[in-house]
Amino acid sequence: MCLGVPGKIIEIYDAGGLRMGKVDFGGVTSETCLAALPEAKVGDYTIVHAGFALNLLSEEEAQATLDTLRELALFEEGMDNDITLSS
Amino acid sequence: MKFVDEFRDSDLVKAGLSEIHRLVTRKWTIMEICGGQTHAILQYGLDELLPPEVELVHGPGCPVCVTSLELIDKALAIAALPNVIFTSYGDMLRVPGSQQDLFAIRAAGGQVRVVYSPLDAVRIAQQNPDKEVVFFAIGFETTAPANVVSVLQAKALGLKNFSVLVSQVCVPPAMHAILGSPNNRVQGFLAAGHVCTVMGYWEYPPIAQKYGVPIIVTGFEPLDLVQGLLMTVCQLEKGQVEVQNAYPRAVSFEGNQAAQAMIQRVYEPCDRNWRGIGPIPMSGWGLREEFADFNAERRFQVGHIQTQESTICIAGQILQGLKKPLQCPVFGALCTPEKPLGATMVSSEGACAAYYRYARNPLFPLSLSEGRVA
Repeated sequence: MCLGVPGKIIEIYDAGGLRMGKVDFGGVTSETCLAALPEAKVGDYTIVHAGFALNLLSEEEAQATLDTLRELALFEEGMDNDITLSS
Repeated sequence: MKFVDEFRDSDLVKAGLSEIHRLVTRKWTIMEICGGQTHAILQYGLDELLPPEVELVHGPGCPVCVTSLELIDKALAIAALPNVIFTSYGDMLRVPGSQQDLFAIRAAGGQVRVVYSPLDAVRIAQQNPDKEVVFFAIGFETTAPANVVSVLQAKALGLKNFSVLVSQVCVPPAMHAILGSPNNRVQGFLAAGHVCTVMGYWEYPPIAQKYGVPIIVTGFEPLDLVQGLLMTVCQLEKGQVEVQNAYPRAVSFEGNQAAQAMIQRVYEPCDRNWRGIGPIPMSGWGLREEFADFNAERRFQVGHIQTQESTICIAGQILQGLKKPLQCPVFGALCTPEKPLGATMVSSEGACAAYYRYARNPLFPLSLSEGRVA
């Protein structure tokens, strides 16, 4: 149901009226249907399931998620340091 | 690999887990609805790294597992017909029907082929004009765009020998069924990330409000799962009941509207029988009348199907989060991935298969300090 894999669109073409793309999954490229992504461009990242691109991946949002956890990691580290200092 | 490696950063995962340990003050029961999430949680050992107060229960988000026995038996009957090439996603092959599975049909000479994408099935139909090609269109909302595009493409190509056997199911009705059950213990939900890349999460606020349960859209990498769990525990501890998005890089509130439009074009809501759970009204999609020519159930009159479930298998209770695989008396013994009694031991998204694969075996107990079996 949910085994989607991120990949980078490296080529877009039409095959029998269907919008298709070549997507690179970190070395392995695969033919992927882009019918649900009329706005996709070469260089965009997308999440693919069963040979079908479901949505574009946002770099900005990915960064925001990582930043939230990095701040948490710093906070945790700070707390550990406080404990070490006071003991 | 971009968008993957960063979300497997073990330091960040540990920071998230520490925060969960710090925040939790009492017992909470959280359900992850998606089988892919169940597998990822077990694969990365996250269930064992959470504080003991947080109990994870596994939901029915395994489309292979919930496809009705009647439909499986119909698929077997169609696949056994002499002029049919029956195509399906790989893990349907070993799902037990009343008497046998697709693998057995193939062994007996039936033409059963695994396809990665439904468009491959359309290609097979083009290449074999004298054969009837049927595609087993199972799945939650995640596979719906691909499944409907196969029908649209077959229609555009004027194919007369292609049809689909549809078993499309939807997540929100399943959530209603679980949360509305008198036996329900679920207090927080991890919503299925890739279902939501297609559908968005606009369907969830009414569910959260109705049952007083926070719902967090969650991805599949270890960091995504920890982030989803952290946000859930945070809300539970504060008594909040909101829908939040812990997978914003792939999911927006409205979802992929082009995909939703394609789905609406070909499918309409219908009742579905969920294996192990029972009928849930308006819980699935079926082909619109306009596409009746592509409906395998209409094309092949396979007659009255008398189904017979295994009397020992408790897959239904597992799918509803009422029991865990290790509570099954035949887990790992009479029931294994090679000889499954139920679909949950077969599917790459089934809870029993996940427990078996990631060594949660009562005969060989493992703790983290002893290391993991690969």
